[in-house]
Amino acid sequence: MPKEVKSIVITGNGTNCEMEMAHACRLAGSDVVDIVHISMLLYGEKSLDDYHFLNLPGGFLDGDDLGSAKAGANRILHAKIKGKKENLFDQFARFIGRGKLILGVCNGFQLLVKLGMLPGFDGDYRNQTTTLTFNDSGRFEDRWVNLRVNPDSRCIFTRKVTGIYLPVRHGEGKFVTKDKDVLERLHRDHQVVVEYSHEDFRDAVMDYPANPNGAIDGIAGICNETGRIFGLMPHPEAYLHRTNHPRWTREQLPEEGMGLAIFKNAIDFIRKEDV
Amino acid sequence: MADRIEIGFKEGVRDSLGEKIKKRIIENLHIKVDSVKTIDVHTIDGNLTRKELDMAAAGPLSDPIIQGFAINSGLADRFDWMIEVGFRPGVTDNVGKTAREAIELLFGKLSDRLSGVHTSRQYVIEGRIGRDDAETIASSLLANDLIERYVIVDGKSWDRRKGLSPYVPRVIGEDRVHIEEINLDASDKALMEISSRRLLALNLEEMKALRNYLTDKSILKERKKAGLGGKMTDAELECLAQTWSEHCKHKIFNARIVYEDERGKREEIDSLFDSCIKRATKEIRERLGKDDWCLSVFVDNAGIIRFNDDYNLVFKVETHNSPSALDPYGGALTGIVGVNRDPFGTGRGAKLIFNTDVFCFAPPTYDKPLPKRILHPRRIYEGVREGVEHGGNKSGIPTVNGCIVFDERFLGKPLVYCGTGGIMPAVIQGKPTHTKEILAGDLVVMAGGRIGKDGIHGATFSSEELHEGSPVTAVQIGDPITQKKMTDFLLMARDRGLYRCITDNGAGGLSSSVGETARLSGGCEIDLKKAPLKYAGLNPWEILISESQERMTLAVSPDLVQEFLALAEKMDVEATVIGRYTDSGMFHVLYGDATVAYIEMDFLHDGVPQMQLQANWQPRIYPEPDFPEPADMGQSLKDMLGRLNICSKESVVRQYDHEVQGGSVVKPLVGVCNDGPSDAAVIRPILTSFEGVVVANGICPRYGDIDTYHMAACAIDEAIRNAIAVGGSLDFMAGIDNFCWCDPVQSEKTPDGEYKLAQLVRANKALYDCTRAFGVPCISGKDSMKNDYNIGNVKISIPPTLLFSTMGRIDDARKAVTLDAKRPGDLVYIVGETYDELGGSEWYAMHGVIGNRVPKVNVEKAKALYRALSKAISAGLVASCHDCSDGGAGIAIAETAFAGGLGMLIKLALFPSSGIRRNDTLLFSESQSRFVVTILPTAKKSFEAMMTGIAMGQVGEVLAEGFLKIDGLDGRRIIEEDISGLKAAWQKPLNF
Repeated sequence: MPKEVKSIVITGNGTNCEMEMAHACRLAGSDVVDIVHISMLLYGEKSLDDYHFLNLPGGFLDGDDLGSAKAGANRILHAKIKGKKENLFDQFARFIGRGKLILGVCNGFQLLVKLGMLPGFDGDYRNQTTTLTFNDSGRFEDRWVNLRVNPDSRCIFTRKVTGIYLPVRHGEGKFVTKDKDVLERLHRDHQVVVEYSHEDFRDAVMDYPANPNGAIDGIAGICNETGRIFGLMPHPEAYLHRTNHPRWTREQLPEEGMGLAIFKNAIDFIRKEDV
Repeated sequence: MADRIEIGFKEGVRDSLGEKIKKRIIENLHIKVDSVKTIDVHTIDGNLTRKELDMAAAGPLSDPIIQGFAINSGLADRFDWMIEVGFRPGVTDNVGKTAREAIELLFGKLSDRLSGVHTSRQYVIEGRIGRDDAETIASSLLANDLIERYVIVDGKSWDRRKGLSPYVPRVIGEDRVHIEEINLDASDKALMEISSRRLLALNLEEMKALRNYLTDKSILKERKKAGLGGKMTDAELECLAQTWSEHCKHKIFNARIVYEDERGKREEIDSLFDSCIKRATKEIRERLGKDDWCLSVFVDNAGIIRFNDDYNLVFKVETHNSPSALDPYGGALTGIVGVNRDPFGTGRGAKLIFNTDVFCFAPPTYDKPLPKRILHPRRIYEGVREGVEHGGNKSGIPTVNGCIVFDERFLGKPLVYCGTGGIMPAVIQGKPTHTKEILAGDLVVMAGGRIGKDGIHGATFSSEELHEGSPVTAVQIGDPITQKKMTDFLLMARDRGLYRCITDNGAGGLSSSVGETARLSGGCEIDLKKAPLKYAGLNPWEILISESQERMTLAVSPDLVQEFLALAEKMDVEATVIGRYTDSGMFHVLYGDATVAYIEMDFLHDGVPQMQLQANWQPRIYPEPDFPEPADMGQSLKDMLGRLNICSKESVVRQYDHEVQGGSVVKPLVGVCNDGPSDAAVIRPILTSFEGVVVANGICPRYGDIDTYHMAACAIDEAIRNAIAVGGSLDFMAGIDNFCWCDPVQSEKTPDGEYKLAQLVRANKALYDCTRAFGVPCISGKDSMKNDYNIGNVKISIPPTLLFSTMGRIDDARKAVTLDAKRPGDLVYIVGETYDELGGSEWYAMHGVIGNRVPKVNVEKAKALYRALSKAISAGLVASCHDCSDGGAGIAIAETAFAGGLGMLIKLALFPSSGIRRNDTLLFSESQSRFVVTILPTAKKSFEAMMTGIAMGQVGEVLAEGFLKIDGLDGRRIIEEDISGLKAAWQKPLNF
């Protein structure tokens, strides 16, 4: 009997893409998909240990009031789980340690980066080396972008995908690294997974609006060293059906939206591998 | 004591907010500055150690990759001027609240050592400007004096080591309760003085009704038992004023009106609301019989219709004009999160699935002197835009539809319409969700935010014109995250059946939410002392009527209350039992043991006397314009495309998340470059289904200058035809009416009140005629009647404005169409007849004239057209469809072409029309119920067969070459323009 794949989508405190994220997991074939309010984790009613695939959806954790996902990261680092001697971060660390998959989209990506889980150099998942800051335009924008997928990346989620068209919807999506070394290492180790590009999906671009936020080297998403943790600013869960595409009334498009491949790769991997 | 943590970007990191401010200083204020940098300041009101401050600053408060910080010293180094802007005491500080929570999470609860965190922002300016300029920047751009304070620091005197000393905007309030009693046994004059001094906004008849109430012996006897005498308490008076306010009771809409038309024919109208709006809906529902899909109309916070067997849809549109005039950001933010609570608090509660926003502003290019207390239209524009952005985006509700209307008269008050739709399961735990029920004995529970002095007198304030004494406490700032947490919690509580009834706290606060819901059981008894407050120092009457945001009121059965409260605690939402519902017939309010209000429910809700008003209709005749047809029609078309009412609103639309929740089907921006203007939105609220919701709006205040009957008829037609254009259908479409009027009550202040009231009567007559004939019932609505500015000798009244919004169903969202031309060779049709109807048009406005021939709606013809077109769209015969509105067919044709990135050849001689001899009339007449449609040539036969009997003409074809070519009536080419040039003209004006 094939293995049962269990996905969790965390919500609460300002997260708002949990529905479509869960829908994506279901469409991709996950057997169990639970939308879990973070309070249930903090009260010990649910545990990450019971899942294989952790989804951190978009939204505005705590309003992004202290910078995107900052207060959210602070909660994961310091909030205690009721009746246990651990905090939420410990559950995250255990989840990662077991080689399970994590996908952070938009605010979820910001959260992973601010926790230090991405890029997570040398297995240190608590050391922040990159960030996502205010778009060069100084404004929140909702617009569709083309993404080139790095063929050399080890990222599980983008296997067999060469390019992808998705919407960005953020005000703080400009990817920045602590220094040059971090940036070089990201490239060298192929932890850069997706980059803003033109329609041909060929080169990373810096020109606005193809690169909507001024991200360094056009970086839109990165993974950890194992390729099992992936974060990106654009929203794969926003393109699950052709009618989500802004030009579906004028183009011949497949029924399935391009974003679904990300989730299918994750579910397929979990079903096959021992995670 | 207090400490300051300053956080700024490291050297070399781009400060895009600073750059944006710099741009605004230069563009809006015309002051030349070289650079602006921003620094965020957290003032920690408490007693933290230096080490703790360091940890907080380096931890949650700053980003180590890009930011640095300073504690109790200045971070800014060299500059010419620095302006620090912070909140005044009592103003909602969302960031400060989050910072406090983050610090407490870091160190555990610090209640004894941390009173609060207050945020402010520094703008560090370089540039050779003087103190006057810095003052202008602070007061005209960075700070709103009503809610914010600022300090200006001269760079020459700056001592970085010392920095600025901490300022804590704490509300100093004593916990000393004061209950005042007001003697209403007084002269008429004295009564009116009480009304005006206390901002009650009650008229003499109403004040007299209060006076009479207290002369009833049996009432006095009852009051005595409750410990009250023959005077009215402040809480009672304030509560009655809120409940009886124009805002809550719609007194003008419920007035008895004698209407006299231009021929002297008199007619008596007993309530416009009953005789026009409700009546049309009632008649439509009767006609639908057992197929009636309306479930709850006019009785709840929002209207409810059936979506399918399993789900209901909910919709409401509100305005938040007066607060937005004073504080555009806070006013608009509160507007959007406020209207969110309407569908959320309807029936058993709905999940929110879309927002709409429609703004009416004075032109941002306004360059005349500003009347006192009026903010510059560009500041209003940017503030309102940002408020709705934060409110909508942070709540995770897609903003799917809207528009912006410009008219100089909106200088007096901007109109900020915010709408929200929701979806609810039709049945939860075996009970229908669209009704409300409360049993005596149920507990009154308040959940969400706390109560402060913010938003006191909001309901009465919005029932008045903007005047010198307009209260600053009416201004508030919404907190979308507190609300989101609350809605997450309440949806879970709803699905577990933990409460019986839900309603929101909006205008009038608890007095209104509890007062309204108590009608269901027949009374209530609440103790204001139990209500959680933001700070001490509120008197009972203030607690009762405060409009502090993010609060819902619930009726919870006593046996479920523990479970309800436990879930709230777990989900970090404050919920408090403040009393219980009764069947005593009394609205009974205590503060501890003392009764502060004891009013008969019947009197509270039905005691307000009906207004008696007079309306006189005298049509206004304007000079008929006399200008020659322009020689360069191509240039005229470009000029029209660049008109504020026509041009692209992309810069605003992009800043709203219009696709969160994953069900977006027709987005606001579509076409080959994702930048063409959609007519309406289509969304799929249930991701596993293709059933869609169509959302559209119509608004055209200019026609009201000629006749508000036609203004209203055209707004209704526009909303309907926008929905039809994307694939909606008349079979399943509900409406929401939002009237924004200038004061229509004849008085010294309003000498033309009888005319303005006649305008209102006429608009309502049109609403009755059109909604009934179209079969589009209003299911809810709202009116805002005092949109005037009156200070000194300056009076500005807005043009009477009706926003009509529609929500409908499309059976299969995959059949929706968009406006953009699809393929070269496709045939272009004009569907619907063009008349010489340029009165009140954008074309005439561009020539500075109004004219008289206002567009008129022929509902019967329009209905046949809409039915046929819906059928053709549903059959897949239509490639693109765009409605003709502002600027007429000429604009619609141009938009269809450039949105598709394709050219067109059009022959005006083939337009279905009669008696039009001028090309500009054909191009720019705003005749209603018309579309530009393109179809595949192979679909011609079927399309034309389906449209049999409909006035339409095949007027041209789509070209591969990117030129719009238009041949005039005599066959001569009058326009040949590159579509990229047309698009550029259309995109430029509001691209900031």
